Amino acid sequence: MSADEIDDSDGVRSLFDRLLDGDATLVIAVLGAIYLAYVLAGVAFGYGLRGQLNSIANLTFYIGVFGMLALALNLHWGYTGLFNIGIVGFMGIGVYVTALVSKPPVAQGGAAQVGGLGLPLGVGVIVGVVVTALFGLLVALPALRLRADYLAIVTVAFSEIVRFTMMSRTFQSYTVPDTIDLTVAGVQLFSFDPAADTIGLGGGGGLILNYPDPLEALLRTLFLWEPYLGFVGFVQRTLIPNNPKPVIDGFVYGLLLLVGVGLFYVLLSRVGKSPFGRVLKAIREDEDVANALGKDTDRFKLTAFVLGSALMGLGGILWYSSRGSITPPSFRPNITFFIWIALIIGGAGSNTGSFLGGAIFAGLLYEGPRYAKNLIETAFDLGDAPGNFGTAVAPMASLDPVPFVLYTLDSVSQLRLVIMGVVLIWLMHNRPEGLLGHRKETASSVDLSRPGGRDASNAAAADGGENR
Amino acid sequence: MSESDDTTADGPLPAEGGPTEEAPESTEDASTDTGEPDDAFDMAGDAEVSSGSTPLEVEGLRKTFGGIVAVDDVSFDVEAGTLTGLIGPNGAGKSTTFNLITGMLEPDAGTVRFNGEEITGLEPHEIANQGLARTFQIARELEEMTVLENMMLAPKGQIGESLWRSVMPITREAVREQETEQLDRVWEVLEFFEIDHLADEYAGNLSGGQRKLLEMARALLTDPDMLLLDEPFAGVNPSLEKRLLEHIHELREEGYTFLIVEHDMDLIMNNCERVIVMHQGRVLKDGTPAEIKDSEEVIEAYLGGEV
Repeated sequence: MSADEIDDSDGVRSLFDRLLDGDATLVIAVLGAIYLAYVLAGVAFGYGLRGQLNSIANLTFYIGVFGMLALALNLHWGYTGLFNIGIVGFMGIGVYVTALVSKPPVAQGGAAQVGGLGLPLGVGVIVGVVVTALFGLLVALPALRLRADYLAIVTVAFSEIVRFTMMSRTFQSYTVPDTIDLTVAGVQLFSFDPAADTIGLGGGGGLILNYPDPLEALLRTLFLWEPYLGFVGFVQRTLIPNNPKPVIDGFVYGLLLLVGVGLFYVLLSRVGKSPFGRVLKAIREDEDVANALGKDTDRFKLTAFVLGSALMGLGGILWYSSRGSITPPSFRPNITFFIWIALIIGGAGSNTGSFLGGAIFAGLLYEGPRYAKNLIETAFDLGDAPGNFGTAVAPMASLDPVPFVLYTLDSVSQLRLVIMGVVLIWLMHNRPEGLLGHRKETASSVDLSRPGGRDASNAAAADGGENR
Repeated sequence: MSESDDTTADGPLPAEGGPTEEAPESTEDASTDTGEPDDAFDMAGDAEVSSGSTPLEVEGLRKTFGGIVAVDDVSFDVEAGTLTGLIGPNGAGKSTTFNLITGMLEPDAGTVRFNGEEITGLEPHEIANQGLARTFQIARELEEMTVLENMMLAPKGQIGESLWRSVMPITREAVREQETEQLDRVWEVLEFFEIDHLADEYAGNLSGGQRKLLEMARALLTDPDMLLLDEPFAGVNPSLEKRLLEHIHELREEGYTFLIVEHDMDLIMNNCERVIVMHQGRVLKDGTPAEIKDSEEVIEAYLGGEV
């Protein structure tokens, strides 16, 4: 994951060396452990290849999206100290705008109640990111002039406004006239025949994402669609005879998300390891000092906030656009707090830590409890869980804990939040800086050790600059 | 080490374009910086000449907090190349005056002129960019940044402070070059203040005195014409105090102008050419240390006024 090291023209060999003893080892070790656990769980469940691939694809998906979003949040909180608790609002804007731009006009869509502009998905994604960035600007302009806690209030309010707007009947559907004319003083300036019949946010029912599958759209753009279908056919003939395409689709999409994480990482490392990132860090530490040193802190905060928001929008698009539909309840603030937990686990301030936090959160806290439940149920045939808490607890009096355990297992998806809370409290007590938050990731594009080579032997330089 | 010792003796802090020509070898690298910082400095240098000998002129400054008049009609000026002390008992309005000058607070009335230009009500960063640097009463180092990061932050006109220049592969090379150039100067200044052995430490791990040194070194890297030091000796042990004073004198000889807020009367009397005494928000007396010592009013303010 240390792709930023491409920067240093130390040659391939030293790059390779640093990859091995640096972050890459850690990332590979953590991912390896998580994947191993999931594969072993799959074996225990008696999954075949198809089941294993499905489980891995699902895990990879969540590692990818949580990794990306934790990285984006790290720019806000870890670097700049901007307390954004409206992440899910930016994600929602991203994916809703993408949907509006790329959904086909309703006449062709059939099942969908509202249409879109029918533009290619690539355009939709770009517009989605740009619009999210603009909303980031809108939120930041008034809020950044206030102190940190006000930004928190503004962002969480904003994300709720976004969600209620999605649900609102006012914006549910709007019938687009057949032609739009702009005529001023009898002169027709503009005539436009919009493709869409109706457009809107779909209200509480959400939007059906009846545009081409994002994976297909991407592969078609890259002229890889035919080879891909060939590969799917090959798998069908050899490994998975029964309709392997959805499984492979999921798997490949997961891999693409990991590539996306890599791109986020490279971008944000470059941002961090630069004079720009240094000013962001200074703002986090003490804004008045940065200001007294001649830095226009408002400008820096604004830029960082807008960039982070845009990345959150992109994260939202990549998370939800491959779903069949999107509905407002998906964008409740709990997603925001999941991402915060991921960042806190990984360690605010470290990009590698942010990704690791995302991966660990996805693997252990988000998906893990469900797997643990299934695992226990597979291992011990315990029968049906009691229907309510009373019947679960009553047998405890006669020292029979089984119904209670069953009940607990059965409610594991609700208990997930409790588990996250407990983990968070434990972290706050024992390791508030997270996994990698203690590290020095020097905010500079160059090695800052003493020039002139007096004590700038290569090893010292590598150690002094980073990883301490 | 010998190389660095030499430069230290000569005064390695290039007041580029400034009044002295004493450190030619160290001015080289700084002046090869890309355009902006030099321009900024030249402009400041020109202005300094045109405005004669008083880079800082404060006139009729007034600030109230609710019903309390913290600073009341304060006027003074500071001559170029001098060490001027601003003293007064607790609550005399010294720090408020400082904050008004540096833009941390906005005055209710009055003007501040720096190098002939009015800077009243400008943002702190605008004032800093005009060449008026400050330090804080309680050293405000950036704790979770290393000493080196603290130092690298300061220089003006860093092209890498633009997001896209730092991110784009083509423009990033120039950013790296400028940072490499800047680095030489950073190490020189660290050596001058004898904190180079702490370069990789988090600033938060430094002792109180070391933080004061770091803060001054950092302010100096902004290439200021004038430095406002807010109680630079508070909480500093005597040996470090001596060192700090030596540094200040050395820098003054290189042409920097200092305005120092201080509590300790003796320290100011022994080191400053000129002393401004504030009391209850007003300038009580403005003169040479000898004049101040003989002033009845000042003695009364200090002996009678302080609780």
